[in-house]
Amino acid sequence: MAKITAGVATSHVPAVGAAVDMGRTQDPYWKPMFDGYEFSKTWMKSNTPDVAIVIYNDHASYFGMEIMPTFAIGVAESFEICDEGYGPRPIPVVDGAPELATHLAASLILDDFDMTVLNVLEVDHGLTVPLSLMFGTPDKWPAKIIPVAVNVVMYPQPSGERCFAIGKAIRRAVEQFDEDLDVQVWGTGGMSHQIQGARAGLINLPWDQQFMDDLINQPEVLQYKPHLEYMIEAGSEGVELIMWLIMRGALGENVDEVYRFNHVPGSNTSVGHLILTPSADTDKTEA
Amino acid sequence: MKPDFEQFKDIPGTTIFTIEKAREGFHLNQFCMSLRKAPNREKFLADERAYLDEWDMTEDQKQAVLTRDFQKMLDNGGNVYFLAKIFATEGLSYVQAVSTMTDMNVEQYQAMMLAGGRNIEGWRSKKERGEA
Ligand SMILES: [Fe+2]
Repeated sequence: MAKITAGVATSHVPAVGAAVDMGRTQDPYWKPMFDGYEFSKTWMKSNTPDVAIVIYNDHASYFGMEIMPTFAIGVAESFEICDEGYGPRPIPVVDGAPELATHLAASLILDDFDMTVLNVLEVDHGLTVPLSLMFGTPDKWPAKIIPVAVNVVMYPQPSGERCFAIGKAIRRAVEQFDEDLDVQVWGTGGMSHQIQGARAGLINLPWDQQFMDDLINQPEVLQYKPHLEYMIEAGSEGVELIMWLIMRGALGENVDEVYRFNHVPGSNTSVGHLILTPSADTDKTEA
Repeated sequence: MKPDFEQFKDIPGTTIFTIEKAREGFHLNQFCMSLRKAPNREKFLADERAYLDEWDMTEDQKQAVLTRDFQKMLDNGGNVYFLAKIFATEGLSYVQAVSTMTDMNVEQYQAMMLAGGRNIEGWRSKKERGEA
């Protein structure tokens, strides 16, 4: 049986990808941020999953305005890297996990989550920056990836409750997959940031840290936080954090905090990162 | 549930990209999407007006693009992730482009970010700020 062994949350700042690609990670500006991910890269070497389900959003990179799916899942063999206007990032193509992805898509639809099924998808910084942060710069990514794209760009985004619930449904679906696979779920985006308007540059680190605490300890309460509060307190783009609730929903009732990191600023963003594992008691209660 | 698009209007200095705004800005944002392709980027930079005239955009939207008035683009239904294709075409970073929407120059904006970003105190509500 497949099993969810860990959850990762991380910001996915595009400039971080550029810093990796241009070899600037040791520049004085970037070094403190990349140093914060050294633990994670080491941890990942001994905890490499077979498959990572990466919850992310497209930033007008692959999806235009013709089609704006609320929840979409990539079921392809592989996913090319988007040209976001600067040329595609020079990183390996992302290999998919078509069998698990197909099982997941079907399970979720039968559980009343009406997924858009993507047989073709190019992935942008929302997905590739987390890969670079967690895996470094290998010639080939060490895990298969299932992209799950969430609309966080256009209001109404899915509610926090819906995100938390789909996370729980992902957990059930993975556990019902017959192959023995080690699966992680990654929630990406955030934390507080706003990249438009006169209020651009907004950062709210105390709010971000409270969000992390609540995500770990009381997601059942956190799920009801309205979009409006994210937008006021974490900035118009901070609403991306609803994607972390999907990851949290997939980990079961209780989690152990393996690692936590905050850094301000990464470009315009409050960078936040968590590694969580399902608690042993969570596994017991659900067995 | 009845949608409430008014709830965002009190957030100062912020344009929330709602489903209504998305409809208003459709052609502007689609023009931006075309700039994902390198040949289109070259064509746009070679003659911006001619390139814009190929799109079913309003004159206000075209003027906003020609003058790189990002706030005006937002007001006319643009979304920043789409608009990013315009400044990426010119090789500008988010920080460089985003700072133009604030009352700071890029150096001041960068200094603010390095010092921890814009503090939220005073930026929660137009009413609180006496702007509404
Ligand atoms: Fe993002």
